[in-house]
Amino acid sequence: MKLDSESKRRLIAAVATAVIDNAEELTALDRAIGDGDHGLNMKRGFEAVLADLEGLAEKPLPEMCKGIGTHLVMTIGGASGPLYGTLFLALGKDLPSAPGLPEVARAFISAVTAVKSRGRSDIGEKTMLDVLVPVAKTLDTAAASGSSGNLPAQLCIAADRGLEATRPLRATKGRASFLGERSVGHLDPGARSSQLLVHAACGALSGLMAGPGGQSA
Amino acid sequence: MTSRVGIVIVSHSAEVAKGTVDMVRQMVGHEVPVAGSGGNPAGGLGTDVASIMAAIKKVWSSKGVAVLVDLGGAETNSEMAIEMLPESWRDKVVICNAPIVEGAVMAATESAGGGNLEQVRATAEELSPP
Repeated sequence: MKLDSESKRRLIAAVATAVIDNAEELTALDRAIGDGDHGLNMKRGFEAVLADLEGLAEKPLPEMCKGIGTHLVMTIGGASGPLYGTLFLALGKDLPSAPGLPEVARAFISAVTAVKSRGRSDIGEKTMLDVLVPVAKTLDTAAASGSSGNLPAQLCIAADRGLEATRPLRATKGRASFLGERSVGHLDPGARSSQLLVHAACGALSGLMAGPGGQSA
Repeated sequence: MTSRVGIVIVSHSAEVAKGTVDMVRQMVGHEVPVAGSGGNPAGGLGTDVASIMAAIKKVWSSKGVAVLVDLGGAETNSEMAIEMLPESWRDKVVICNAPIVEGAVMAATESAGGGNLEQVRATAEELSPP
């Protein structure tokens, strides 16, 4: 799958807009169990990405991902900067310019591993990893079976379930861990921002995945 | 000036960073290079990778730099800043697992006495329960 500049532009715009449009909800979720800046920080990061939309879309895919990661690292200003920055920087490091599904799966799995190590966290700790890990597993399964027909829908379902799974969890990482039991019953803001990103990326890519050369459902 | 381990203070608050630098200076004067970084790139509460990198560069010495941080994001952003430094510097910049104010004062005192990077870090970390 080789993305032309127009597809890359649509992909970046979709992902950035999803975060920016939902910034208030992210901040409200973070106010409940954190320091209440997740939405504002993510919005600032993705506004910097949008401001560089044309430049990023002209770059080959790996450089585009690295460029997004660098913007996020330099502008977010909270822990989500290095965490989302690492996700995109690692994707840029591992993706070829025109990846097939197996390459996408491999790169995404290694990017999620990089996020785990950056945050010294894993699934089940009420973080963005509760969404990213199941999404990586779904990609891996699809790559192994070679079927990408309804993959975007499956990835969105995995993200939705992962997000909902954070509600009953007690946070043990990040600022929410200070609340102990009081963090139970709230969705994790980082899991919600990850789920938004997955939905936006799948929405933008689904046409391409099912398009000519892909296996349509 | 004899080379001393540099001290960088990274807080979510620019005022906490500045106040901690003042407290360090009161203890060690200008014998030890010290710099603070506080606030996010928009000037609110948070931390800023570019500003942390600038603070490390400001106090850089061949003996290395010890970084004191407050809450989670300050640590993660400091790790990111260290990774983005020139490769030959990275091994000489360490984050101390210590309370930010007390750790900075203890670390600077050890540095002023001529301690190396490992000694400076160990002195700051004496404050943290194992």
